[in-house]
Amino acid sequence: MPSHDILHMELNFPSDHIALSTKNLEVIYADGARAVKGISLSIPKKATTAIIGPSGCGKSTALRAFNRMNELIPGTVTKGEVLFHSRNIYAPSIDPVTVRTNIGMVFQKPNPFPKSIYENIAWAARIHGHKGNCDELVESCLRKAALWDEVKDKLRRSAMSLSGGQQQRLCIARTLALTPEVILMDEPTSALDPLSTASIEELTSELKKDYTIIIVTHNLQQAGRISDMTAFMLLGDLIEYAPTKKLFVNPEDERTERYITGRFG
Amino acid sequence: MSEESSGLLRRRRRKNSLFTVLLAIPVIIVVFILGHMLGKIFINGVKALNLDFFTKAQKPFGEPGGGIANAIIGSVIVVLLATVISLPIAVLVALYLAENPEKRIAKTLLVVVNALQGLPSIIIGIVIYSWMVVPMKSFSALAGGVALSFIMIPLLTTTIREIFVLVPGSYREAALSLGVPRWRTTVGVILPAALPGILNSTGLGIARIAGETAPLLFTAFGSPYISTALGKPISTLPLIIYEYIKSPYDDWHQKAWGAALLLVCFVLLITVPMNLRKDRSKG
Ligand SMILES: Nc1ncnc2c1ncn2[C@@H]1O[C@H](COP(=O)(O)OP(=O)(O)O)[C@@H](O)[C@H]1O
Ligand SMILES: [Mg+2]
Repeated sequence: MPSHDILHMELNFPSDHIALSTKNLEVIYADGARAVKGISLSIPKKATTAIIGPSGCGKSTALRAFNRMNELIPGTVTKGEVLFHSRNIYAPSIDPVTVRTNIGMVFQKPNPFPKSIYENIAWAARIHGHKGNCDELVESCLRKAALWDEVKDKLRRSAMSLSGGQQQRLCIARTLALTPEVILMDEPTSALDPLSTASIEELTSELKKDYTIIIVTHNLQQAGRISDMTAFMLLGDLIEYAPTKKLFVNPEDERTERYITGRFG
Repeated sequence: MSEESSGLLRRRRRKNSLFTVLLAIPVIIVVFILGHMLGKIFINGVKALNLDFFTKAQKPFGEPGGGIANAIIGSVIVVLLATVISLPIAVLVALYLAENPEKRIAKTLLVVVNALQGLPSIIIGIVIYSWMVVPMKSFSALAGGVALSFIMIPLLTTTIREIFVLVPGSYREAALSLGVPRWRTTVGVILPAALPGILNSTGLGIARIAGETAPLLFTAFGSPYISTALGKPISTLPLIIYEYIKSPYDDWHQKAWGAALLLVCFVLLITVPMNLRKDRSKG
């Protein structure tokens, strides 16, 4: 086995600073493809962790394994452990609904519901037992997502009328409404223009004060700008996992170096 | 060289315009036939229209006067009945088919639904006759509605299934990531997103069954009286057209044309705006 575990040890987070950790996490699709081949890493709390790597290396698959989203794809098998509050989220006693309300997800393409801006935030919250008036909840989530000022006068308008960047911030607000601890983001800016991208990046720096953020990105500059930790994946393996500065300036593995200097992938 | 190519160009242009003319011929023929048909129905039908036509029931055999109110009311009842039966069944089956495309039961069901669509409508009439009219010992509006629903259910199921398939999977993914149970997603997101399309399909389905005659011949059967009873025989527009056009009386012929005009207007009123809307949403 490669040296993940040594790297993992080197980081040495005190265990109460860990939001989520994986042990030999492995994901196999119905066609037998091993998209994630046993990765182990610990994600620090209230920080941004970036997952980078060439397209098809299993970044999205790994991210989706963190809140059991791969279960939507029939025939997908997940092995190993994802520990959240020292419990394996794949244990039979764990309700996937609880997992997903604690570990939220933002997708590559903004996917608000075809409902009003207000309902996009209130709908799931109500289903999870939020009683009575949602006005305060909607306002606070939109403020946290830096969207309030732009939409406060049109909360009843369809979310589809918003720009791509606004829709993505609405999706973030929608996730915040369930008061998650961890927010997973899968290339959240790859469908956005540079200005909207900048606003999402700024937002993640703001959000990491209260939430743990794990972001998949194919954009190395972005990972460098916004993340504290970076994980580099290649062909389903975790090659290197280190503080972002260290990984970009002084990578241990030669494959990491080749990737960040643009010599392959 | 340039002369040669310009000659080629001219020949090509000539071929082109010839082809355009050839294409135009069938279009002109179709438009002419359609126009002639609608014109004929309008000219013959409009003469029958007066207040009595809409408000009075038909008169006994051979007596002049009266109207077709019994058939108008009957059509509304039978078509509504068929819609009320068909829509929930079609929506549920379509949902099942759209959400479980890989299941063998779903695949079989789809084949059955498609096969039902090809069933001659007179056969549906006979089947419902033996299933309902014989045991209940009476022709009835109910039997008519059920017979029409056998035409409507497969039609709606296939069109509504396509609408569900077109609802982006990203909604389901988003709802799942928010820990929303599957059925709440279906009711709260998928159905509302599909609703305009479902209404559209229902409209087209109504237009389709409103003109059906064969399945009603020995189910709804027809009745000269204004009736709203579901257990009694009832007339409909196509049934009264069928009955009147066979009769030897000019007055009844005219009323048959009037009923035809009414039916055509109703169908066009539903289908034309919907087809226009479909075009607009595409472009
Ligand atoms: N639903 C699926 N079924 C089978 N293979 C898949 C599926 N989704 C992704 N894969 C495969 O798994 C590998 C990793 O995919 P993915 O996690 O999407 O990579 P990334 O996000 O890094 O681009 C790829 O080889 C991809 O083809
Ligand atoms: Mg991906």
